[in-house]
Order: sequence, then C-alpha cells, then structure tokens
Amino acid sequence: MTVTAHPSSDGTELTIKVTGRFDFSAHQEFRETYESAPAQVRAYNIDMTDATYLDSSALGMLLLLRDHAGGDSARISIVNCNPDVRKILNISNFGQLFNIE
Amino acid sequence: MTECLRILIADDNQTDRMILSAIVRKEGHIVLEAADGQEATAVYEAERPDLVLLDVLMPVLDGLEAARAIKQLAGDELVPVIFLTSLQDADSLASCLHAGGDDFLSKPYNRVILRAKISAFGRMRHMHAALQANHRQLLLEQAVAKKVYDNVTHAGYIRIDNLRYSLSSRAMFNGDTVLARMRPDGGLHVLLGDFTGHGLPAAIGAMPLAETFYGMTSKGFELEEIIREMNRKLTRVLPTNFFCCAVALHMDMREKIGRAWVGGVPDCFLYHAAGGDITALPPLNLPLGVTEGHQFSLRMHEFAMRNQDRFFMWSDGIVEAENPDGELFGEDRLRAVFARADVPETLFDDLLAAVGRFQANRASTDDTTLVEVMMTDPPADDLAAAQAEDRQPYVALDWQVSFVFPTLTLKHHNPMPLIMHVLSETDGLNAYSSQLYTIISELYSNALEHGVLGLDSRLKSTGEGFGRYYQERQERLERLASGRIELTMRQTADGNSGLLTIRMEDSGAGFDHGRQPASLPAAAAAAETPLAGRGMGLVRELCSRVEYLGKGNIVEVDFHWPQRRLGTRI
Repeated sequence: MTVTAHPSSDGTELTIKVTGRFDFSAHQEFRETYESAPAQVRAYNIDMTDATYLDSSALGMLLLLRDHAGGDSARISIVNCNPDVRKILNISNFGQLFNIE
Repeated sequence: MTECLRILIADDNQTDRMILSAIVRKEGHIVLEAADGQEATAVYEAERPDLVLLDVLMPVLDGLEAARAIKQLAGDELVPVIFLTSLQDADSLASCLHAGGDDFLSKPYNRVILRAKISAFGRMRHMHAALQANHRQLLLEQAVAKKVYDNVTHAGYIRIDNLRYSLSSRAMFNGDTVLARMRPDGGLHVLLGDFTGHGLPAAIGAMPLAETFYGMTSKGFELEEIIREMNRKLTRVLPTNFFCCAVALHMDMREKIGRAWVGGVPDCFLYHAAGGDITALPPLNLPLGVTEGHQFSLRMHEFAMRNQDRFFMWSDGIVEAENPDGELFGEDRLRAVFARADVPETLFDDLLAAVGRFQANRASTDDTTLVEVMMTDPPADDLAAAQAEDRQPYVALDWQVSFVFPTLTLKHHNPMPLIMHVLSETDGLNAYSSQLYTIISELYSNALEHGVLGLDSRLKSTGEGFGRYYQERQERLERLASGRIELTMRQTADGNSGLLTIRMEDSGAGFDHGRQPASLPAAAAAAETPLAGRGMGLVRELCSRVEYLGKGNIVEVDFHWPQRRLGTRI
C-alpha cells in the first residue's frame, strides 16, 4: 500500500492518492502527506481509484485529516471509490462529514 | 567497566579452550568449561550461564546439536550462543546461525573482537530481561483491567431470557461490547458497540459507555437521551481517530414495539416469525464518538414486533468473516441462512455455524459478535419487585410534592428520570418503581399527547397510523407555542402501608368525561379505546381509583401499597 500526494498547480488543493489496502499500515505515511503539505492548501482530494479496501483505522485517519483541515470547516472530497470502499463509507455515514463523489 | 558474566566455553581442543578461558577471565568474567557438546548441555542445565561459546566440531555431540539442545532448555530466557570456528566459507558460517547460534567467532581469536561481542550480547541480555519483566507486568495489569472491565460491562443482563449473544475475540479484550438492561417500566434496552481497534484501547472506551448505558437505563431515561449522552462522553474521551459503531435497541414488550438506532454497523435484520421474512434496517447515523456537532443524528427505526419476532444485530466481523481463499461471508450468504431456516428457534445457532463453516473454523480476523433479541410477553418478575423482598422497614411519612412542567420542558425534556429519582429515594415507594413508572409515564404521555398536543389515539390502531401518530407528535411538539403540565403527588403513610395520590393536570381542552365511568373494572379497560389505550387499562389495574376531574384535563389516581406484584400478562 502506498500514499502519494500531488498539489494542484496553484498549490491550494492537495490530491492524496491511496493505492492498495487502506489500513493501519498507512498511518504514518498518510499523516505525513498532509502534515508536510504547503500552508496554502485549502482543500483535499482523496483519490481512491486504486484503493481496494478500507478498514476502520483508515476511517480514523480520515477523521484525523478532517481535524487537521479545520474540522467542520474542512473541505475534503473522497473521489473514485470502488463499490467495496463506497459501501464501508456508507455504513459509517461518512457522507455527513466528507464530500463523497 | 564491563559487567561480570558467567560464560560457558565448550571446546574439545584443550589448548584452544585454555587460551580462550584465559582471555575471558582476564576480561573479568567467570568461566565454566566443557570438553564436548553433551557435557556443554549438562553444564548449561546445571549452571545456567549467561553466555555460551561453542566449538562447532566436537565429539559425542557437535556444536550445532548442542546449540539446539541449549536453546530448547533456555525456553523464554535469552542465552546468546556464539560459535567458535576455524571454518571460513560462507555456507559453514551460515549453518551455525541456522542451528540457532547468534553469532560466530573465528579462530585464531582476536581479543578486541571477542571483548566487543561479549559486551554486545551482555547488553542484549539486559534488554531481553527488561522486556520480559515489562511483559510480565503488562500481563498482570491486563488481568486486573480485565476484571474491572468484566465487572463494569457484564453486569446485570444475565437474567434477561429473551436475549442471546455471542462474543468472540482475537484479543484479550473485545473490541465489541454487548450491554443490556431492563428499564423501570419493564422495557428492554440493548446496546452493541464495536470500537475501532481491539484490546485495551477498545476496552477503555467501553467503560464510560457501559456506565452511562446502565446508569441512565436504570433511571428510566429514553433511548435517545442515552445515545446522545454516550456520544457526548465518547467524543470527549476518545482520540479523534477512535470511535464506536453501535446499535441501540429499545423493546417495549407491552406495546409490542421496537425502536432502533443504527450507527456505523451493517444492516440489522428484523425477522418476522409469522412469514419467515426479514426487514433490513440500514445504518442511518454516524458512529458514536465522532462528533457532537449537527452531523450527529438520532434517526431511529420504529417497528411493530409480535411475540417470537426477532431483532438481529452484529458487528462487521460477521459480514466480513473471511474464508481461506480471502472471500468475505457477505450479506448474500447471511440472507441465505435466514431463507433456509425452518424454525426461528435455531436461527441464532444456524448463523454462528454458517459463519464458522465458512471460515473453515480458522480463528477469525475481527471480532465476530452476534446478538438476538426476541419479542416476548413482559417479564413476570421484574427487578424492582425482586428488590422489594429485601427492603428495609418503612418510616411513617406524609408529604406532598408538585412539579410544574412549562412549554420548554415539554418540548425538550423527559421529566420521568427526575420524578423517578424522587420516588426511588422514598422509603416504601422505592420498591414499586416499576409500577409507579408505568402509572406516571402513562398519565404524563396522555396529558402531553392528548391534552397539550390534542392528538387522537385512534390513529394508533393500525400499523401505518402508528408511525403517523409519532410523526405527528413530533411535529406538533416542535410547533408547540405554549403548554403546561402540573403533577402533584401526595402520600399518607403509617409504618406498614400507604396511599399515594397522583394528580396530573394539563393545559389542554379536556374531554367530556361524564360518559366515562370513573373506575372501570380491568377487563373492561382493555376494550376502552378512544381516549385511553392499553396504557390506561394498566393504570386502572394498578390503581384503586382513577378519576377524571374538571373539564377532563385533570386525572387523579390512588396507588395503595404494599401491593402484589405486577401480573405476567396485561
């Protein structure tokens, strides 16, 4: 499992791409991507195109990112989820907290 | 300054052994000697040295065999074994390490390297010993923590017959928690919680959850209020990335209603015994402990249940149980178990067996928790009545107390816990909290729903109307501009018996109570529908007098004690 980050051209948006199983093993890596992001980042895109699975600690990591990005004012989109990932996000009702596309 | 170690040196070549012994002694260590592998093993067993230096090629038992024997004797203890060899090729040296050796030392001996190795393994032994001590301490602490955890979370639901549950776990503690307790009115609250993670962190979160759940249920709080409070506690106590997926169920055995809050766990199933079909109840809420903000919700499923109908809840461990090929059990297989079932009684065992077979009886990778709650008649012997048997002698006491509940209280609060708290502190009456809860909560909800809100209870006569009734209740409550309910309780008592008069007055329009006989016999009460449903029938059975006064907006009832216990079936 790998985590890569790409800032948008104007630097205000950060796309974090997760590949493989998104679970506790990604903890450190995932946190570093957003903590080391440039200060002008205002919005986050979590690209799940190549994420195969999501466990509850991954949901916890998303909550940590949300906290880091300002809690209720955070702008975080979770995009390109496969049906399994989508289902886990739905069961948790994370649509209340994140923009799931 | 090097620490003095006890070092076993085994070499069949006496000259080599003496040279090495001399060097080692000079470094300040104590030397034990052996001339072959067998002797080395025997000396190790008798003397338990800190470090072993073994020649590879020895008669009787060679160094590799001796290393295996010594490692086995050592068990959990760390005994570094260093091979002494004149061999130089990589394969020979590697085979020393494969045999369980920790390092090797080439002949002829280099004093500097020897000193460095002994000192390095001495440090490793220290680390290992510290680790072992920490581990023992941890196990000890876990055992104590587990005792506390069990006492807190497993208290109080052994007596509930219509509840079955199975908790299995890969950790010492469950990431899953099952809690159940009866309310003072005989209703049942059941909670299944699935914490992120396993073990100690999950168990720590379960404790405030259990305390809140048990405490508030016993005091008669509504399920929604308990859920809100548990969410508040967990949000404050748990770190951001930890939360608790949960199902909370309230089952009213008298009214035959179930209400469930589902947050973050897979669909619960409601099994209808008559048709053998199921209704899936999906998660409508965020898990507990994520946020106290507006995203937290109390969206409930409400449903009628007949006797023998069953409510099934599970953590994701059931649906995500894996077979040896890495496939998940999934919802389709789950539904298939229900479709195959001939009788509802075996469903619970069928489910566990199906998941077990699917996993090919391997240890599960997640906590797999299954809970079944069956609708039955109300319990014959409720907890309050049981407590009455060991009550203290009463003190004679005459008193009167009044509560006034203005609009805002009516809209936002449930006054029952406050009222029950007063009664539970009163000698004599505290033994009847179940009956009193029933009486007062019936009178209060009649005063609120029919009096203040002007709802017609005839709506409730059909299943569909039932849902509409509660929706309408909610809407009218939100719109309510002004309303008021006044409750007065007056007791006269001598040492052994007493009379409690309860008077409930509402700000509603009342009704023509002239046509309503003041005290109906209990049998007739069951048939009495328009103005009072089954609830009032029960009040009549428990009270010697039920009287409507004024324009029908006042009701007064008399409760005498001591009283026989509540009957099985009302």
